[in-house]
Amino acid sequence: MTSYGADLLVILPELIVVGAACLLLVLEPLTPPSRKELLAWLSLGALALCIGLTGGQISVLNLRVSAFSDLVVVDGYARFWKLLLYGVTGLTILMSLPYLKAERLQLGEYYGFILLALSGMMVMVSGADLLTIYLGTELMSLSLYVMAGLKRSSPRSLEASAKYFVLGAFSSGLLLYGISLLYGVAGGTKLGAVAAAIGSRGFDDPLLLIATILLAAGFGFKLAVVPFHMWTPDVYQGAPTSVTAFMAVASKAASFAAFLRVFVEGLGGLKADWSNLFLLLCLVTLILGNLVAIVQTNIKRMLAYSSIAHAGYALIGLVAAGRGMGESGGASGLASVMLYLALYAFMTLGAFAVIGMFRKGGLEGEDIEDFAGLAKRQPLAAFLMLVFMVSLAGIPPTAGFIGKFYVFMAAVEAGLAWLAVVALIFAAISAYYYMRVVMVMYMREPDPSAGEVPQLVASPALTVVLACAVAGVILFGLFPNPLVSLALQSVLPLK
Amino acid sequence: MTIPVFYYLILSAVVFLTGLVGVLIRRNIIIILLSVELMLNATNINFVAFSQYFHNVAGQVFVFFALTIAAAEVAVGLAIIIALHRAKSSINVDEFQLLKW
Amino acid sequence: MTDLLIKLIPVFPLLAVIANGLFGRYLWSHDWAHRLAWGSVGLSFLCTIGVVADVLRTGTAHEVIAYQWIFGGDLTINLAYLVDPLTCVWLLVVTGVGFLIHVYSVGYMHGEDGFTRFFTYMNLFMVSMLLLVMGNNYAVLFIGWEGVGLCSYLLIGYYYDKVSAAKAASKAFVVNRIGDAGFLLAIFLVFINFKTLDYTKVFAQVGQLSPDMATAIALCLLVGAVGKSAQLPLHTWLPDAMEGPTPVSALIHAATMVTAGVYMVVRNHAIFDLSPVAMETVAIVGGCTALFAATIGLVQTDIKRVLAYSTVSQLGYMFLGCGIGAYTAAVFHVMTHAFFKALLFLSAGSVIHALSGEQDIRKMGGLSKKIPWTYRLFLIGTVAIAGIPPLAGFWSKDEIMGHAFVHHHYVFYGLAALGAFLTSFYMFRLTYLTFYGPSRMDHHTEEHVHESPMVMVGPLMALGLLSLVGGFLGFPPEHGWLHQFLAPVAGVGGEHEVGTGLVLTLMMIATGIALLGWGLAHYLYSMNPAAPDRWAAKAQGIYNTLLNKYYVDELYDVLVVEPTKKLGLALDWFDRVVIDGIVRAVGTMAELGAAGSTWAEKHVIYGGLNIIGYGNHLLAKQWRQLQSGMVHHYAAIIIAGLFLLAVVIQLIVQR
Repeated sequence: MTSYGADLLVILPELIVVGAACLLLVLEPLTPPSRKELLAWLSLGALALCIGLTGGQISVLNLRVSAFSDLVVVDGYARFWKLLLYGVTGLTILMSLPYLKAERLQLGEYYGFILLALSGMMVMVSGADLLTIYLGTELMSLSLYVMAGLKRSSPRSLEASAKYFVLGAFSSGLLLYGISLLYGVAGGTKLGAVAAAIGSRGFDDPLLLIATILLAAGFGFKLAVVPFHMWTPDVYQGAPTSVTAFMAVASKAASFAAFLRVFVEGLGGLKADWSNLFLLLCLVTLILGNLVAIVQTNIKRMLAYSSIAHAGYALIGLVAAGRGMGESGGASGLASVMLYLALYAFMTLGAFAVIGMFRKGGLEGEDIEDFAGLAKRQPLAAFLMLVFMVSLAGIPPTAGFIGKFYVFMAAVEAGLAWLAVVALIFAAISAYYYMRVVMVMYMREPDPSAGEVPQLVASPALTVVLACAVAGVILFGLFPNPLVSLALQSVLPLK
Repeated sequence: MTIPVFYYLILSAVVFLTGLVGVLIRRNIIIILLSVELMLNATNINFVAFSQYFHNVAGQVFVFFALTIAAAEVAVGLAIIIALHRAKSSINVDEFQLLKW
Repeated sequence: MTDLLIKLIPVFPLLAVIANGLFGRYLWSHDWAHRLAWGSVGLSFLCTIGVVADVLRTGTAHEVIAYQWIFGGDLTINLAYLVDPLTCVWLLVVTGVGFLIHVYSVGYMHGEDGFTRFFTYMNLFMVSMLLLVMGNNYAVLFIGWEGVGLCSYLLIGYYYDKVSAAKAASKAFVVNRIGDAGFLLAIFLVFINFKTLDYTKVFAQVGQLSPDMATAIALCLLVGAVGKSAQLPLHTWLPDAMEGPTPVSALIHAATMVTAGVYMVVRNHAIFDLSPVAMETVAIVGGCTALFAATIGLVQTDIKRVLAYSTVSQLGYMFLGCGIGAYTAAVFHVMTHAFFKALLFLSAGSVIHALSGEQDIRKMGGLSKKIPWTYRLFLIGTVAIAGIPPLAGFWSKDEIMGHAFVHHHYVFYGLAALGAFLTSFYMFRLTYLTFYGPSRMDHHTEEHVHESPMVMVGPLMALGLLSLVGGFLGFPPEHGWLHQFLAPVAGVGGEHEVGTGLVLTLMMIATGIALLGWGLAHYLYSMNPAAPDRWAAKAQGIYNTLLNKYYVDELYDVLVVEPTKKLGLALDWFDRVVIDGIVRAVGTMAELGAAGSTWAEKHVIYGGLNIIGYGNHLLAKQWRQLQSGMVHHYAAIIIAGLFLLAVVIQLIVQR
């Protein structure tokens, strides 16, 4: 028997987060409505503790600890993602403080759900068994379903929640069926066992083929990869903006983390085949995400398509890893995905933070047209949005460029120069719709008949979020090396 | 006499497809929820059958977790449906069309 | 020491950008904003002089790594500078002319809204342009390239309240993206072939390149250069870019940014030299643009647009020079052009300033007495661009033309000579219409005409001096100081020993052509002011058919609507336009060409762009239909996607 004490120590951060979440749910009825912010500070405290715990282990980056007979594993890879997730969650909570106040949604359990979702994500990135990965995915998704519908007075929010729930449950049905078939092929659900059983078998076994495709679909749904992306724009538009930001960044990052681990550690033997599969998905995702974004008029929908497109860029790294695995190319492919999502987090969070607090009377200014003339009214806000848009478009010297750069380099190193060129062309197209926002802000006057002019409502918490986001975008654009080397060091061990 | 694992696979595939088709063609969100449950239970058949076949318990353990998650999912789902019904007085998915394009 | 100076050159304007951009609006007045702006550029200029002096003394190129940006894996990208003679020339032009234009702007932009914003963008432009010409690898070049594009976009749209300015800005942006795509592709090809982006390493291994690959890279680079330097068929944005303030037109759209394409071609001449096809293309693009833009310049009535088309045309000469291997001559022309075109734009700005914003030359005239200094300086610029010795434009233009003749590119020589004639003609037309003859101003404007303040005239004088004597840097032709300076980088154009007699003959021909253009302008616009109208009246039908947009648009409608009528009308059109045109008058040929080019620009190029945009829009609309909002549609799409994936994977596996 292993000692459970040691095992529990390994998952201490998860325990802290879950404990804090439970504590929040208990304290929620006890706090008066005007003091709900205390709960947010409590959750931030828990996060700080976790950052300390996980960050303290950064020096032993490649140390791999597993617990509960290999159900969970804490390695450099998991630590990288966890740190990213803590940061994203912390910023989301800060962003939510003024947002919830403005939306009159002072619900203490909101923070509880965020922490529960976070704990699900942490289990996902640490899961070394299909069981734990599935559990984590569901914990994250269930919390997000509820959070999407938290604005109970808004039919749109409820509709987003219901759609997300129905389709999410459906896709997790697909995922689970895939897992069960994989179990049938491998005789176990540990990633190591799956890898050993598969050896280097191809898709000759129809069960394996179906299982792989079902897994790809299940994860593809969470990642918002075409053709499993249909929910994304609707849910992003309908959900409260802070939740949208959390979904677009944290849930995508955690899903990518689990996705990479399953396909690299578990199904690595099939890399030649799945890299083709993902190549296809990646191409359609790039094409569709970027083209449809052009015609959007609602900025949240536009960012939803942009987030679809960004999943496509990140997939390039995975395809490159699949092609180049076993050589150095594989590592740089995986590292480029990690880097991409980490950098993507800053710009997307920043953009959503601006949108969430961009208020027109009591409502959110969601239409791109609402940004007209912002540069004159609030030059600083317009400049921040400009930085985020420029970064999303991948224009140097911002973080977005660095992310795209490493992904494309990984593609070139893996002999997929043409893919890099295609992606580059779509990056150029994407500049069109990002720059449209900039143009509206800087070159257009607001429609005088529109009545109330939208304003960015500043608050200290929002300032902190925006400062972090813009600092991340610019600093990592100019000094990417620490993050790059961190990603390269904490990349999954490849076979 | 043991029943070959293949038979179970067929059974689970049929159940899974039933659920899948249900999601696609039914309009009542509760029925859709039930169809999703069918899909999850098809999975459980697989797990149990394979577990028997391999003589290891991993599959059965998985079933317990899957059942628990399915229960949680239903709980959350029903809560969402109730909220939705309050707002719209309808649980027909065809009427969820505020968000499109 | 020199290394430090090199690093400092772009730092000063950058500091000014940060200071003015972040705090300028709140912490200090306009006076301090402009002092920071021109002061920083002046400091860069001083550093540049120090660096150039060192390069002159030691004769070696400097390579400096300022900051290691991306490294790891196969690739390292550093913020690295290369200062060799080629860079020196550009540095002097950019910081020197840039400094003068900054000083001039203080007067020109006085009292404008967003004064601080203007100088922030201008300094940002200086930073980007300096990175562009100083970079030691394609990445830095590209960053500078995008940076200048961004600043150009921002400054064209400076008067963003004006719809036309906003439109012009987005047009410049879109057209430049096309060029940038080509440029990026070229960078990718370079990386794939050489596994590095450093100039030194690339040019050291350039011999290994297969001729086809060299052609591919060179053509992609050319696409980028064509976009940035407004050559056919991507020239359309530059005339519209005149919506920006005049100092912007002078600095960005005449003297510096638009020559970046030439810089890039010269910098990469090792690659271009490997590919005769690419060289030929460069020459054709340049030659055609030189003539094409000159014909359009003939009929323009906006003072800045005439200058804009002349810029396009002069850039054509530079490309022509590159295409026939006369790199030194092309660089020489870049330099002299920077002097006289900045002079022309700034004096035009002074005219516009004097007339309270009037830009239409039909409403000017007789200004030579009222604003004598502007007049004299504008005249210097005109004589310089017309190619009349011994002013700057003559030496460089003659060298390009001479090179074309000596190396048996007679067609290009012909194009260039015809273009030179037209250039001389329309520039003197502009001068005559603006400064001579009776005043056509309205009374109110006339009362307020005033000479510009010293802060504007001073820089004009400096530029005027440079336009007067700048040409002697390249004297004697082919063996001047500039040629020796540039010899290590620009390569030595085929060593033809040319007889002095031929050189002199060519010079005389060039002078003759220029004088002929002047003569014609003098005849039409001074001696016989009724003549232009009479000529136009004679060709009324053609004038209407071609210049009247409504008529052509209608014709197009008819073409689409009624195919039968279309043929008849087209024949009719052909008959009246082409046959009649030839019969009627040779004098109208130029106008015909000009209007025809305008027509092609409006309908062919925009049409193409619109079709691309519209097609994209349609496609996106189709996709939107799928996003019905219905949950079961979404689920069905997921399932359909699954099956599709399964089928595709089966196919892949079976293969």
